[in-house]
Amino acid sequence: MINEIISMNGYGPYVWSAFIFTLVSFASLYLVTKLQLLKEQKKYIVKFGSLSEAKIAVVREQKINKEILLNTVITKI
Amino acid sequence: MFNFFNLGKIFEISSKSTKYVFVVFIIVLTIGLTEALFLSPEDYKQSHSVRIMYVHVPAAWMALGIFSIIAFLSVGTFIFKNKKFFLISKSLAPSGFIFNIIALITGSIWGKPTWGTWWAWDARITSMLILALFYFMYLLSWRIINNKNNAIKISSLIAIVGAINVPIVKFSVNWWNTLHQGPSLKIMNDTTIHSSMLIPLGIMTAAFALFSLLIFLMKFNTEMIRIKNKGLDRL
Repeated sequence: MINEIISMNGYGPYVWSAFIFTLVSFASLYLVTKLQLLKEQKKYIVKFGSLSEAKIAVVREQKINKEILLNTVITKI
Repeated sequence: MFNFFNLGKIFEISSKSTKYVFVVFIIVLTIGLTEALFLSPEDYKQSHSVRIMYVHVPAAWMALGIFSIIAFLSVGTFIFKNKKFFLISKSLAPSGFIFNIIALITGSIWGKPTWGTWWAWDARITSMLILALFYFMYLLSWRIINNKNNAIKISSLIAIVGAINVPIVKFSVNWWNTLHQGPSLKIMNDTTIHSSMLIPLGIMTAAFALFSLLIFLMKFNTEMIRIKNKGLDRL
């Protein structure tokens, strides 16, 4: 039964390699995109942390900045 | 016009929906893979090699569909000078490119047992390769052009010129005598695929669309934070 699933009448190597290539491509793109997102979030936190009180007040007025902060580690501190 | 595109609101929605899209994608992909690999029947002519269709066809559809959207939004960028259009296009491009590569590679793998060759310079395959080159040029333009306005103009131009290739990919099997088979799924006429194969194909297409949405949301959020990072520098 398992041998039949793996070999697929001799077409197994073609079928499995096509599916594995697709899934590896998906996982790679997901990881690269996730890392890029985390890198930008980290950069934002560092920059935000170095701002003066007055500038922080200005930044916090914009909804998008609040949302970025909500989605980063800074809110957990 | 386009005031309803509030970046703060969009960011709120996109960042909150990412995890839900991820969960739904995993569920749909699991069902799709089970159907495609184990439950769907083998073809009377192609035997089990037909299962490659469940990754090859959705990938090709998605690559074509995403490039069409990018080209459409690029026209919008030129006409309306709306900055959100290029943000959407730029966020869509990576998944479109990956789908194009998947379509080419899985097509090549499928070609070996079916046609006896890994590659043929036939109209459909060559036009898909040209589409991949346009995707590559589009992504490269964002990487190598430092001036943002120039990057928007050049990438939009690449997408608009590349759009000429989209109908060529679609109708290449009708216009030329190709090694690649003609369309089995027709919107206007009856499809020649049996429902036992059509259902897994539909599920896998849904999974691919969800993956594209997931990458789009993550990339869109990255781009928005990048813009805000530059804003913090200017404060």
